[in-house]
Amino acid sequence: MKTHSLLSILPLSLASAMAFSQSIDVQVTNLTHGIHFTPILVSAHDSSTHLFEAGQAASTELQAMAEGGNTAPLMEASAASAVNTDNLASGFLAPSASTPVTSIETAENTHLSVVAMMLPTNDGFIGLDGWEVPQEAGTYTVYLNGYDAGTEVNDEIIDTLNGGATDGIPGAPGMDAGTGATGVTDMESNTSVHIHRGNTGDTSLTGGISDVDSRIHRWLNPVAKVVVTVK
Amino acid sequence: MKYLNKKASVVTATIMAASLLSACGSSSDDDDASKMSYDITVTNLSSNQPMSPFAAKLHASSFTAWQVGAAASVALEELAEGGDNASVLALSEAGVYSSVSGGGAIGPGSSENITIESGEYSDINLTLVSMLVNTNDAFTGRTNLDLSGLTIGTSQTHYLPVYDAGTEGNSELDDTIPGPADGGEGFNMARDDVDYVARHPGVVGVDQGYSESVLNSTHGFDSPVAMFTITRTQ
Repeated sequence: MKTHSLLSILPLSLASAMAFSQSIDVQVTNLTHGIHFTPILVSAHDSSTHLFEAGQAASTELQAMAEGGNTAPLMEASAASAVNTDNLASGFLAPSASTPVTSIETAENTHLSVVAMMLPTNDGFIGLDGWEVPQEAGTYTVYLNGYDAGTEVNDEIIDTLNGGATDGIPGAPGMDAGTGATGVTDMESNTSVHIHRGNTGDTSLTGGISDVDSRIHRWLNPVAKVVVTVK
Repeated sequence: MKYLNKKASVVTATIMAASLLSACGSSSDDDDASKMSYDITVTNLSSNQPMSPFAAKLHASSFTAWQVGAAASVALEELAEGGDNASVLALSEAGVYSSVSGGGAIGPGSSENITIESGEYSDINLTLVSMLVNTNDAFTGRTNLDLSGLTIGTSQTHYLPVYDAGTEGNSELDDTIPGPADGGEGFNMARDDVDYVARHPGVVGVDQGYSESVLNSTHGFDSPVAMFTITRTQ
């Protein structure tokens, strides 16, 4: 609010010339009761870059992150000017845990994106798409929703045979999921990035339709909190 | 139904009592310049989750009633598992200025007024918390809301999420849920869940294929589950 009113009284030319490097601190909190996040990627980039866009088909790089937790393709595909900070939690970010406060120099980049896969899901991920870093020093809190990449059927079968990267859920880091499920569904109608409908789950650890536990591996939005401190 | 009707009449009586009090006591209040007073109207936005009597506290920013990732206090566990706010209200460590209970349980779609006062402090924050009684250990609320920017006569509205105390597994089984859906056990000091506070994953219920659950689709909820408007009156 304050930033907006300040900027609005500046001449437009001056405002646009203010894209200097900023020093920011970023901390991500997993708000869920029973969902792990794979290594979290924070990318500082320009205003026209998107790691994902709701309503648009996922890139193959986003697909690799959302289905298998692999952020390397997203970083390899990013512009040379982007500042990528990967793996904030040094591995999985457990339910209710927070990453260390991580310092980032944005260089000329004005926007932040954050992604990480949600486990156990087929292709669920936490997503922040191109959030403009405020110019004014202060602490800003952003809440993230759970998205579905739209690239994999949400069968909810844990399948580690191929690393899980192309089919099935690669695993449940909490070691609290089941096996032997027949599958919740074998089709998806929405193949664009969209808000995840949530896991269905069941209460059988040895069969049923789903390997995930309906009492543990579900969530309500928001699923993550990002605190950005502009210094 | 009997449960809800009884609680609703308690709420109505409390609102009437509060309005009577403010009607006859206003002149002396105005003279007391060193007092801060807030009116809170909280509304239950859920489908079928009566909320246990709210606990409201004014306190310094050094106090917090819960934190995501940290284990719940026993006082919070008592509230979140059994709807009993007495121990949360009794928390009186340094930095707690005042504590007030809501008049009774708040049924779905109903509202309640709570007035809370304290001496004058520049570091003033609100905690407001209640159990969703048709759950194992879900609660809603807000802790450490900064009120220092709220000037006399102005209001703020906030929407509340659902937290899981992490102290009781979300079994949804018979005799584990104290609300009218079950009439089962409330607080139990055993902790058989993750032992950290997080956002609640939602309930499952018999209509979602969990045949042992005493809950059904009407007990489902999403965020926000409640809203409140706070007005500083003095």
